[in-house]
Amino acid sequence: MKFEQLQARAQKAWQEVVSPQIPLIRMGMATCGRAAGGQELLQAFQEELAKNKVQAQFSEVGCLGLCYAEPMAEIILPGRPGVLFAKLTPAKMKKIGEDYLVHGKIVGDSALAVMGPARNGTPAFTDLPMVKGQQRTALRNCGIIDPTNLDHYLAREGYDGLRRALSMKPEQVIEEVKTSGLRGRGGAGFPTGQKWEFCRKATGTPKYLICNADEGDPGAFMDRSVLESDPHSVLEGMALAAYAIGAEHGYIYCRAEYPLALERLDLAIRQATEHNLLGDNILGSGFNLHLKIKMGAGAFVCGEETALMASIEGRRGMPRTRPPFPANQGLFGKPTTINNVETLANLPPILAKGGAWYAGFGTEKSKGTKTFALAGKVDRTGLIEVPMGITLKEIVFDIGGGSPIGKKIKAVQTGGPSGGCIPAELFDLPVDYERLAAVGSIMGSGGMVVLDENTCMVDVARYFLEFTKNESCGKCAPCRLGTRQMHEILTDICAGRGRPGDIELLEEIGAAVRKGSLCALGGTAPNPVLTTIQHYRHEYEQHIQDQRCFAGVCKALITYSINAETCNGCRVCATNCPQHAITGEKKQPHALNVELCIKCGICYEMCKFDAVVRQ
Amino acid sequence: MSQKAKAESLVSKGRKARPGQMRPKVDPSLRALLEKYPAERSNLIPLLQVVQEKTGWLTNEAMAAIADYLRVPPSLIYGVATFYAQFYLTPQGKHRVKVCQGTACHVRGSQAIMDQLSSKLGIPPGGTTSDLLFSLERVACFGSCALAPVMVLDGKVHGRVTIKKAEKIVEGVE
Repeated sequence: MKFEQLQARAQKAWQEVVSPQIPLIRMGMATCGRAAGGQELLQAFQEELAKNKVQAQFSEVGCLGLCYAEPMAEIILPGRPGVLFAKLTPAKMKKIGEDYLVHGKIVGDSALAVMGPARNGTPAFTDLPMVKGQQRTALRNCGIIDPTNLDHYLAREGYDGLRRALSMKPEQVIEEVKTSGLRGRGGAGFPTGQKWEFCRKATGTPKYLICNADEGDPGAFMDRSVLESDPHSVLEGMALAAYAIGAEHGYIYCRAEYPLALERLDLAIRQATEHNLLGDNILGSGFNLHLKIKMGAGAFVCGEETALMASIEGRRGMPRTRPPFPANQGLFGKPTTINNVETLANLPPILAKGGAWYAGFGTEKSKGTKTFALAGKVDRTGLIEVPMGITLKEIVFDIGGGSPIGKKIKAVQTGGPSGGCIPAELFDLPVDYERLAAVGSIMGSGGMVVLDENTCMVDVARYFLEFTKNESCGKCAPCRLGTRQMHEILTDICAGRGRPGDIELLEEIGAAVRKGSLCALGGTAPNPVLTTIQHYRHEYEQHIQDQRCFAGVCKALITYSINAETCNGCRVCATNCPQHAITGEKKQPHALNVELCIKCGICYEMCKFDAVVRQ
Repeated sequence: MSQKAKAESLVSKGRKARPGQMRPKVDPSLRALLEKYPAERSNLIPLLQVVQEKTGWLTNEAMAAIADYLRVPPSLIYGVATFYAQFYLTPQGKHRVKVCQGTACHVRGSQAIMDQLSSKLGIPPGGTTSDLLFSLERVACFGSCALAPVMVLDGKVHGRVTIKKAEKIVEGVE
């Protein structure tokens, strides 16, 4: 089938989604939607409709990024724009089926948004606080298209960028990407066009292209979402990159913890190959590209490019010194380019609309848009894509909605274990590569975990060091020994065994690990410790000198008790205490036996009258 | 002792020495599984993955068979298998309970969930019950951070877990 025929077919298929003949129900079915119970909900709803003989068709979509509102479904009635229903439960879904699907009525505030202009008090999707202010480029199709349907991708300018690129010389493609100012979205922020140019000019064949989908940063899920919701955009990006550098073989290194992403990628590769968008002589251009999926085996360090290549070669994933850089000697000793998922997903629109269009967003040195995974103690958790240069305040409060329970936001943690904590006082900071680095953190892949007053910064530092200590590959001593030492000191501090001088010692070891490690894992591992010391030194001092954890996290430094004046004797805490440490008659103030208490905090969470005191 | 033999003797510690028998006996079904992949070093990790998927964990015999198939010393197989968190060198429980310890899950209290499951099942994180019914595991991040805290039982992801909910999820299986 010729590309024009393919496009015509795709447009027809897309029309059936936008204006269906019979009601269409589209369910968010990325991992978030599934984790929130989307599958069970859909099944129950299908059965319900079949029982009542209501005609409807169903399809799956990926992640719209509004994970806080999952499970979510969009219902499109013939001749009307779609309506988005959120936080669904079986009962709610049943009611919506009757009200909206049968009678076409939106009752009360059951709907979240209209996928078009606002209507009868239901806001337009683009006016939602979480969506307003976003600029979706890499995420342009996520949650909009059915990720298993190639036609949907094609109908939304899919593979247009590739077709345009194939009519250009590879050098021109590189120029276009240079114009866009796109920098690697995996964390380090190296200019993509320049990276390609090195590989293009390198001698040696064959050349390889690798897609780094080993998203190991805890707290980051941008890549998962793109792979699950729009796999073809990554494949098209890979085709563009491979064409530019002159590679005919590519690998996608994806972590095993993402089974759905692996499944969707596999299907997308088969579809693209079947339609001559991958494989030999792509779209009659003479350009060949064959892609293989390599499943990771659970090692964070494999996100580092030389370790990743070692892993593909079937070795222990340990980094090596650079130079030689992968552009000259990479996979199997051949010139190799490694691009991150998000970087690749940005490429098709850049090639379709031109580099200057993309460079129109962002700041002077950081162009374009960036996705962030917003999680932690924030009201609207999810996946967002915003222009570079947006302030942290806008992200946390305007988009994220601040604390869900009225607590004071203390900091955001960016960049995962390689990044740092940025205190709320610095929230006017515009987000770009340079400015985040200036305050001791990094952009990283885009994980953004919001911390509130009930988060202990020493515990956060300890948590990250535990992670890096476990994930250190052990090759070089500063990282292997340094992270262990720092973790031990931090564990001591959290357990009330901190000693004077510990803070200085942490700073000293941190500086040495940063300086002496071979790869970025060790080089950035001290960041969470050093930034928390820099901004929250007093919390460390409280732990060591006063033996107190005011955030109420470090078990050894807190005690629970029951305030007899506010306790009304409802017995909720007593029945839920796993240790049976709480005693007392009904309607009489209870008492907590400190000897038995394991400080699990269940009573504190359960008490509706704030009668459980944590000190 | 040659390097290869040395490497082999290191791995075979704990197994009975089989003098004069350098090539291990390989179960035919295992052999058939291996032969689906070309005998190239770059297929080592996929081979370990497919074998583990079939048997639940990596036995010494399976690792020796892979070494024989790829014509590399078993020490090398052992080295790779122990490097990656995904590979198990001990038998695993019928049901896998994984509690996410990612950042978002951590700040939303996943440690308390892990502690509770650990005491309920009577095994530490990383342990397996003696009846081989449950394995409990910490996982760095599932990427479902927006629904933190998250746990996974036999591949099914459960979001917004509480201590009570976690107990119910585990109680729900045989």
